[in-house]
Amino acid sequence: MNLYGIRAIYRFEMARTFRTLSQSIIAPVLTTSLYFIVFGKAIGSRMGQIDNISYGAFIIPGLIMLNLLNESISNASFGIYMPKWAGTIYELLSAPVSWIEVLIGYVGAAATKSVMLGLLIMGTARIFVPYEIVHPGWMIAFLLLTAVTFSLFGFIIGLWADSFQKLQVVPMLIATPLTFLGGAFYSIHMLPPLWQEITLFNPVVYLISGFRWSFYGMAEVDVALSLGMTSGFLVLCLTFVWWVFKTGYKIRN
Amino acid sequence: MVVDQNSPIIFAHGVNKTYAGGFLALKNIHLEIARGEIFALLGPNGAGKTTLISIICGIVNASSGTITVDGQDIVKDFRAARAAIGLVPQELHTDAFETVWATVNFSRGLFGKAPNAPYLEKVLRDLTLWDKRDAKVMTLSGGMKRRVLIAKALAHEPLILFLDEPSAGVDVELRHDMWRMVRELRAQGTTIILTTHYIEEAEDMADRIGVINKGELIVVEDKEVLMRKLGKKQLTLTLRHPINSLPAGLESWSLILAEGGHTVDYRYNTQEDETGIPELLRTLGEHGIDFKDLRSSESSLEDIFVSLIQQSRGEAA
Repeated sequence: MNLYGIRAIYRFEMARTFRTLSQSIIAPVLTTSLYFIVFGKAIGSRMGQIDNISYGAFIIPGLIMLNLLNESISNASFGIYMPKWAGTIYELLSAPVSWIEVLIGYVGAAATKSVMLGLLIMGTARIFVPYEIVHPGWMIAFLLLTAVTFSLFGFIIGLWADSFQKLQVVPMLIATPLTFLGGAFYSIHMLPPLWQEITLFNPVVYLISGFRWSFYGMAEVDVALSLGMTSGFLVLCLTFVWWVFKTGYKIRN
Repeated sequence: MVVDQNSPIIFAHGVNKTYAGGFLALKNIHLEIARGEIFALLGPNGAGKTTLISIICGIVNASSGTITVDGQDIVKDFRAARAAIGLVPQELHTDAFETVWATVNFSRGLFGKAPNAPYLEKVLRDLTLWDKRDAKVMTLSGGMKRRVLIAKALAHEPLILFLDEPSAGVDVELRHDMWRMVRELRAQGTTIILTTHYIEEAEDMADRIGVINKGELIVVEDKEVLMRKLGKKQLTLTLRHPINSLPAGLESWSLILAEGGHTVDYRYNTQEDETGIPELLRTLGEHGIDFKDLRSSESSLEDIFVSLIQQSRGEAA
């Protein structure tokens, strides 16, 4: 295994984060703080409890997931798209690194950034809303699993995209709507029965439900199902990336 | 794995490349590069030079054929094969926001080498980049960026250095520095493979020449042998009195009347036993054509290159 290669990619990507600190970290934290102020404090104080949890506390796992998903996709897709766009990918393709090492470097860095951001938002939320975490181990597990899975998904988008527009289209038109409709701000039990059924086709529902369970011990879908769905998506993404590197699709042809 | 030091450092056999759109970029390429030589790959734009280099370096997949680098298959043993190669690409692809020092360290790590600050310092000093080590790449001039690319390619101490059009857009000073460095690397045992549009550079630097056209390798030859075999000499006679046309009876000599009838050019093959010059001078005298000066010149590699390409086009048509 080319450990120096993995370290080089990882450090390069992390350096990019710290070079763009305001964009990578400060902006998402500030935006989420505004959510807490508006939804948690201003509107939340006029809403009742959901499953015996205050509205402000209820939206915390959903908001963290919203950022985790967006940042994971955005970090990883940008990370691999930039060398393609700038032409510096020639060096990566000609280097003695395997596809799994490339993945560990890029996806590892993207997931690290997302987890850092998730923990920062969690800390920020504490300023506005009191909450506790019932299953901290599981909370970390969901955080890591989601960050890795969606960083992998972002990596695929970065490989597929051949313009900045395509790079933005999946996060903006798919990931964000799915997160908003995945129960970030409400319980899916608040929906009419038909929509409760339809919403179960949204994979983000399982992520938010599982993550919220790790906080408050209450879940809208079975926790095992949440874990299974996320792990399944992770395997699907891994298989696709393996195929891309094996065939050279869009990169070596 | 023990590698025979007498075996070619690069061995390509039956390499073909057809791009997704159906364009046939390489046709049945067979090529051997010897250890420690400077090999110049020449060809017009779109001939397949960069495609061939990209396949050897692992950037592009070949459609068929096999390639070994230092005895290692570039697909099955890609780690060992790629670790042996340093590539300076044709375009100035750089990490604009990184510093020079960070980007050369990145390259060394990416190719699996442990950090080695003294070695990288030497590379940067050799390329007159040491003073710019903390500068962001985006702030450098085109010539300096080219130096950075060379430094990146050398960062992992490769056995083989590919220079794809390294002289494109660089000033005379850098070109001289670069060729000095290439000679030093060759002296240390590094194999150099270069493509260039400056054919006089290939003539000056290369041990062997390969000419590629429309994806076909039309000649691979030792430079001296190539110039002897395909080179032609020209004898130019400056006439004492200009003439309007060559008199009848001189057709078989294939003479060219030039400079408004002031000179006569005669081309002859250096490989033939008889040049025909004494007979020509006698025949001209018999026709009353007197000359006051004569000089001879030899084909340059560029003349040979142009002639080979034209010949290849003629055969294709």
